[in-house]
Amino acid sequence: MYHYTDFDRQFVQQRAAQYRDQLQRHLAGELKDEDFRPLRLQNGWYVQRYAPMLRVAVPYGELASRQLRVLAKIARDYDQPSAEVLGTALSKQAELGTQSLAVGYGHFTTRQNVQFNWIALDKSADVMELLASVDMHGIQTSGNCIRNITGDALAGIAPDEHIDPRPYCEIMRQWSTLHPEFAFLPRKFKIAVSGAAEDRAATAWHDVGLHLIHNDQGEVGFKVLVGGGMGRTPIIGRTIREFVPWNQILNFLEAVVRVYNRFGRRDNLYKARIKILVKAEGQRYFDEVEAEYQAILAHDGGQHAIPQAELDRVTACFKAPSITLDDTSAAAESILATLSTKDQAEYQRWLQQNVKGHKYPALRAVTLSFKRLGLAPGDASADQLDAAADLADRFSAGEARVSHEQNLLLPWVRASDLPALWQAARALGLARPNIGLLTDIIACPGGDFCALANARSIPIAEAITERFQDLDELFDLGEIDLHISGCINSCGHHHSGHIGVLGVDKDGREWYQVSLGGSDGSALSGDAIPGKVIGPSFAASEVADVVEALLDTYRTARTPGENFISCVRRLGLDPFKAAGNAARHETRDAGQVLNVHLNSADALTD
Amino acid sequence: MKLIAADADQARATGPNVLKIANDANPAEVNLDGIERIDLHFPKFTDGRAYSQAFLLRRRLGFKGELRATGDVLVDQLQLMQRSGFDAAVLRADQSLAAAERALALFADFYQGDAAHPQPHFTGSQA
Repeated sequence: MYHYTDFDRQFVQQRAAQYRDQLQRHLAGELKDEDFRPLRLQNGWYVQRYAPMLRVAVPYGELASRQLRVLAKIARDYDQPSAEVLGTALSKQAELGTQSLAVGYGHFTTRQNVQFNWIALDKSADVMELLASVDMHGIQTSGNCIRNITGDALAGIAPDEHIDPRPYCEIMRQWSTLHPEFAFLPRKFKIAVSGAAEDRAATAWHDVGLHLIHNDQGEVGFKVLVGGGMGRTPIIGRTIREFVPWNQILNFLEAVVRVYNRFGRRDNLYKARIKILVKAEGQRYFDEVEAEYQAILAHDGGQHAIPQAELDRVTACFKAPSITLDDTSAAAESILATLSTKDQAEYQRWLQQNVKGHKYPALRAVTLSFKRLGLAPGDASADQLDAAADLADRFSAGEARVSHEQNLLLPWVRASDLPALWQAARALGLARPNIGLLTDIIACPGGDFCALANARSIPIAEAITERFQDLDELFDLGEIDLHISGCINSCGHHHSGHIGVLGVDKDGREWYQVSLGGSDGSALSGDAIPGKVIGPSFAASEVADVVEALLDTYRTARTPGENFISCVRRLGLDPFKAAGNAARHETRDAGQVLNVHLNSADALTD
Repeated sequence: MKLIAADADQARATGPNVLKIANDANPAEVNLDGIERIDLHFPKFTDGRAYSQAFLLRRRLGFKGELRATGDVLVDQLQLMQRSGFDAAVLRADQSLAAAERALALFADFYQGDAAHPQPHFTGSQA
């Protein structure tokens, strides 16, 4: 992991002090709501439906156990609404049919951050100081600036990796942090980086997607994609440069963002993302960026060229930890010998789904599943966060990773420790062998927490999870990406799901559009592409039935070994549309088949 | 950085050597000969175009005169302005001078290079 220098540490502490000053001025009435808003956003503080939400940055997903323990402390001590706040929230939720709301939880997001839902604003400066005590912060996790840089949860350990992206991610994190010119861009700006054959960072869905590659001469550099994004207009990023030398990437990014800052639309927030500029201007935008990049190099002196010594310094932080590979296979054997036949089978499934191969043959990467019944996707209680920290210490050199799929990954597990880890994780309820399967659902917090959401996501995820509890059935269905968003902002990445569910509202009721055939750009799913809506919206009560009908269609039509997404591509949408429509009961019987138009009541990120 | 109260700015007449550049104009297309002061405008404090304009005027075009931030200028943006090349700012009427001075002194140093200190921290040569 990256080791903070004295400078890094002082910087985060100064930022916490700055935030305390701003908060105090706000609470004293010196800083009006609308003036404080962008300041709190750039420290990760939203104001949500019932309480403030904090988004903590986890740069490129890496977490140390000591950081996990502080996140646990925040969940336990601060993610606790007053009786009054909770009472108000519950009475409002009761109108939607929800009886309880989770408190004391951290939530892993698709962009590798951790969110809390119930921290009182007057405690927010205390929480920032607590985070700073373990080199953490919420800097630029929101606001119209360059957001937390995300990467591959398997960075540095994946067998298919060409180049470890983490040192570059860290250098880019530093460059983007409090960049004076880019704190008030037209809209938010998200960068994702991958250095492997398999794109596990959904790079094409980002404002900037970076692929670390070798060119024909064997030199390291970046292929740069620009202008991807979800929201109401899903667009796949386009290649702006096949190769930028690694040491020039900051200068190139500076050109990309400067041209966007100057020419991006500010008259209409719905059209302010860089994807709209790239779509409208196309080659003209590319030419402007190239001219700006050349001017930075030729005229400004290219001052952000990365010195080799700096890359070496940062790279040294990401050296693999020293792990003793003494032979513990006898212990592993003895654990396995005690397992029942049923447990043996479950263990084998866990090996198959939750355990990945490693760059070092004696090691494994193990995903702890935060997808199970009774738990919103990506939610971790204070005790689970502490327990995960213990697992990281015991089995993974004190390190964990937040994955794009909202799980926690242990990157440094000895193969011989797998049975012991499985037992420990299972006792914590974190060993459900469903990684990559239907119930490994990506979902945003939705209307239960988010002020922007048009509909709830959590009850939909819960209904589907409940329906598909049978592991034999899940394994038979195979790998399926199911993504749920509570509004068009697409935090649940519904566009990229093989099956996507989007919450919409009409006349104050929750409805759901279902789409099919989306891809995040992984090898399984093919090139990134948005899914297509399969018909008018469904009622909440119908969504699980529709999902089941889609899967039944697949089960009937599949050829041997054919996975869901391939089957959808081969058959086209029609048979699935027909099946989805046939599954209607509420909307059909009530004559309420709804075409909800999205340009009326949708929301913008706070 | 020169901090100017809103009413003080109103009183001062603009001379022939003062240029106002619109928020959406391209600084590279402006004739800077004989110009002693350039006012850049923030129509809203959340509109960040003037930061890039300031950077270009200072770094790319080598403007040596006063670069003044006008419009919706808030205390908490001053440091960004200073680092982007502004050396004067007309504060919005309701802004506190004490808070402004505090805000300008909060950080010892930054990671990236800027218009005032072009070398990034990692070169070890930033002042």
